[in-house]
Amino acid sequence: MLPYPLLTLLLILMWLLLNGFTRGHLVLGVLVAVFASWAMASLRPDKPRLVKWYLLPKLFGIVLYDIVKSNIAVARIILRSGRRSHNPGFLTVPLDIENHTAIAVLAVVLTSTPGSAWLEYDSNDRTVLLHVLDIDNEAEWRDTIKNRYEKLLMEIFA
Amino acid sequence: MMQSAADMPVWAAIAVAFFLLIGSGLALIGAIGFLRLPTFYERIHAPTLGTSWGIGGVMLASMIFFTVSSGRPVFHELLIGIFVTVTTPITFMLLARAALHRDRAEGNGNVPDKPNRSQPAGEDLGESDPRKG
Repeated sequence: MLPYPLLTLLLILMWLLLNGFTRGHLVLGVLVAVFASWAMASLRPDKPRLVKWYLLPKLFGIVLYDIVKSNIAVARIILRSGRRSHNPGFLTVPLDIENHTAIAVLAVVLTSTPGSAWLEYDSNDRTVLLHVLDIDNEAEWRDTIKNRYEKLLMEIFA
Repeated sequence: MMQSAADMPVWAAIAVAFFLLIGSGLALIGAIGFLRLPTFYERIHAPTLGTSWGIGGVMLASMIFFTVSSGRPVFHELLIGIFVTVTTPITFMLLARAALHRDRAEGNGNVPDKPNRSQPAGEDLGESDPRKG
């Protein structure tokens, strides 16, 4: 009946946020959400299994904190704007996660953190090519990605 | 019951102004960086300021302002934040991979090859890059 309960719930929530809460919109939102999740089911995406979903707020907090930090760092680089004040470069990181949803989440995290951009993922040898604005401490970047984000994502999406 | 902006309590006005300035300031810095950074791959980082805390600050300010002034909780700005966050990586990857493809095809030298060997791509790439884009 409901192939994607979480998606359905979020769609209802989105509908109510957009239209304001009235009983009529609740009914309409439920209808739209149910039909949309059936449509989603016929696309047959691989279903993400959230194993330790309670770790999601932790990931969210960490990412929010890192975004604030790197916002300040990148703003400083731009404002100083001495041509040699930073050291951009490419970085190849081997990944251990295989779950597509987890990789997508990692891509969103790394892109929305200013100072690091996700360029391409190679599914053959499971490496990702990143470009970072300040590569001075390359080991630290690897460490952040592997230990701070990837480990947590592997726990969330087993 | 919509109040006019002048009738807002001081704490709300301060909070709104603070977040608006943070958000718009970061978006402005991002735009300046977009203009000033020398290479394409560096420039791609600048707009993320606007799409992360730029949008975040404006979003928070808008939520506070309309919650206080209309006297009921207003949250739908969150959707803007969520959708901007989820959709920017797609555009970014499209642009970046197009640039990578071009640089590899033209042999611009300072981009890493297709990652078939696992060589550590740590050398100073993109440093002596001519102005592109």
